[in-house]
Amino acid sequence: MLNGKGKRGSLLRVSTIAGVILGFLGGIPAHADQTLLNVSYDPTRELYKQINPAFAADWKARTGETIEIQNSHGGSGAQARAVIDGLAADVVTLALAADIDAIATKSGKIPADWQKRRPNNSAPYTSAIVFLVRKGNPKGIKDWDDLAKPGVAVITPNPKTSGGARWNFLGAWGYGLKKFNGDEAKTKALVSAIYKNAPVLDTGARGSTITFAQRGMGDVLIAWENEAFLALKEFGADKYEIVAPKFSILAEPPVSVVDGNVDAKGTRKLAEAYLDFLYTPKAQAIIAKNFYRPAHPNEAAKEDVKQFPKIEFITIDKNFGGWASAQKKFFADGGVFDEIQKQEPAK
Amino acid sequence: MTSSPSFAGRNARRFKAPSVIPGFGLTFGFTLLYLGLIVLFPLAALVWRSSELGFSGLYAVATEPRVAAALRTTFFISLAAAVIDLVFGLIVAWVLTRYTFPGRRVLDAFVDLPFALPTAVAGISLAALYAPNGWFGAPLADVDVKIAYTRWGILVALVFIGLPFVVRTVQPIISELEIELEEASATLGATRFQTVARVLLPPLVPALLTGFALAFARGVGEYGSVIFISGNIAYVSEIAPLLIVVKLEQYDYAGATGVATIMLAISFFALLLINLIQAWSRKRFGHV
Repeated sequence: MLNGKGKRGSLLRVSTIAGVILGFLGGIPAHADQTLLNVSYDPTRELYKQINPAFAADWKARTGETIEIQNSHGGSGAQARAVIDGLAADVVTLALAADIDAIATKSGKIPADWQKRRPNNSAPYTSAIVFLVRKGNPKGIKDWDDLAKPGVAVITPNPKTSGGARWNFLGAWGYGLKKFNGDEAKTKALVSAIYKNAPVLDTGARGSTITFAQRGMGDVLIAWENEAFLALKEFGADKYEIVAPKFSILAEPPVSVVDGNVDAKGTRKLAEAYLDFLYTPKAQAIIAKNFYRPAHPNEAAKEDVKQFPKIEFITIDKNFGGWASAQKKFFADGGVFDEIQKQEPAK
Repeated sequence: MTSSPSFAGRNARRFKAPSVIPGFGLTFGFTLLYLGLIVLFPLAALVWRSSELGFSGLYAVATEPRVAAALRTTFFISLAAAVIDLVFGLIVAWVLTRYTFPGRRVLDAFVDLPFALPTAVAGISLAALYAPNGWFGAPLADVDVKIAYTRWGILVALVFIGLPFVVRTVQPIISELEIELEEASATLGATRFQTVARVLLPPLVPALLTGFALAFARGVGEYGSVIFISGNIAYVSEIAPLLIVVKLEQYDYAGATGVATIMLAISFFALLLINLIQAWSRKRFGHV
């Protein structure tokens, strides 16, 4: 039985607990003047962890406002779907223009010409597709040809589930076209041979890195340059080395404001400033430190820029006519990649 | 108390007389609402979304060679894993229930771990163990046996996550079996095999089938643990849930829900079949 005092006491306890729980659920500090949600893809986790405080400090110095930036990471395609289905992202920073194109066409929240709104195809940083091999390069891998040789095990994620893996595929394809003077049949044979050498197709780029570096599978990992550098840092430069092919594809992960969302939330100014900040010297330096190639290399630290090997690049726009057509030709159901996989003998 | 008049009439055939505790109407309504909102409504939405395809579209999805191969992989390996869990789950449940030994309670608690573990963690740990450089994988690789990144990897993952279902459904029935029955059987001259086959197993059959069905159903829907250990090679070790993700990745919502609907239909008929066998075995062997 409770007397009056006990009742009040327990009421107080209950309301305290409720307050604590609500506080946890809310999660957002009450003092932020504005919050910004950046929906990004997986390997940018480390990058934006450093960009966000730098921008917040910059914004505070300019306007006196305290802001809170939240980041959401996941597979690029899955993130795009979340935004299409209503995740209130202020800005998207994804692995492929195709994913932002999908948001534009399926939700109408981004205008179709979004990629022209910022310099460098709206890509404040780029990366290259390179090879990570075991120390000493025992299989002597120098170029894309070597990946097709019998007895070489190639680790790469599945282009059907991983946005990043589509750059890998197009790198191999672009090399083939150059080598065989545009002969598609020969190119297809080369790329099939490379994918026949793949004993595992992980669903994402990080999964492939783990399969190669931690499980010891395979002789070569086809990876984004930033992932390759990160693997060296994580797992030891004494175990692996980076081989840069002379010829590769320039990976351009683009950024865009989600117009429909920022107009509804009144955060357009902040969102635009956030993306513009990525092109400033301060951000470009952070970008180079995180092993992405900065859009303005002269603004990043010299020793960071020097680490990137010289590669002759093809680009998605010049060589494949943009993502919309590449996506349809290579990765849609029944596309080139499906045909290549069909040739796998059913075991 | 006799049943109330309203249940004595036509309705008596449909409703069993409620217990003396009031509130049947309220709880029944709540049950319907809850099941409807939490289970039936989402499933209906799934079927409704795939209805964009129509029956011919669904048929086209199901017979597409890659989807067909993935469905075969998923259902056959789930079946095999459930059979393995059936046999070894029964043994585990028997030992944990019938014998006392030091550490029994701890072992008993271990059985539930696959329930609680995030499936991706299970997949990553199993892949680490069975990879060619892993603790189990390295000695196996020496004798040229590959588990990780083959169909065997899928089987290992599904056996792992399915085991608790069999153990936990059979355990209570085993603990209710009276030891006197075995003793009677032995004193009446039955061999050990006859005792097991005629006295012990029959009352366990319904529970075993329930455990089997649960392990099978879980295996069919399993995604997280499998994708890390299977290698995901099309036509070889690609599972149907992965194809659903592949289709979503292409913004092909109709195709994804199509595969899901086909899986739902196959699972439904498999579970229905198991239920029928169960009902038959209940009739045949009776309740414990």
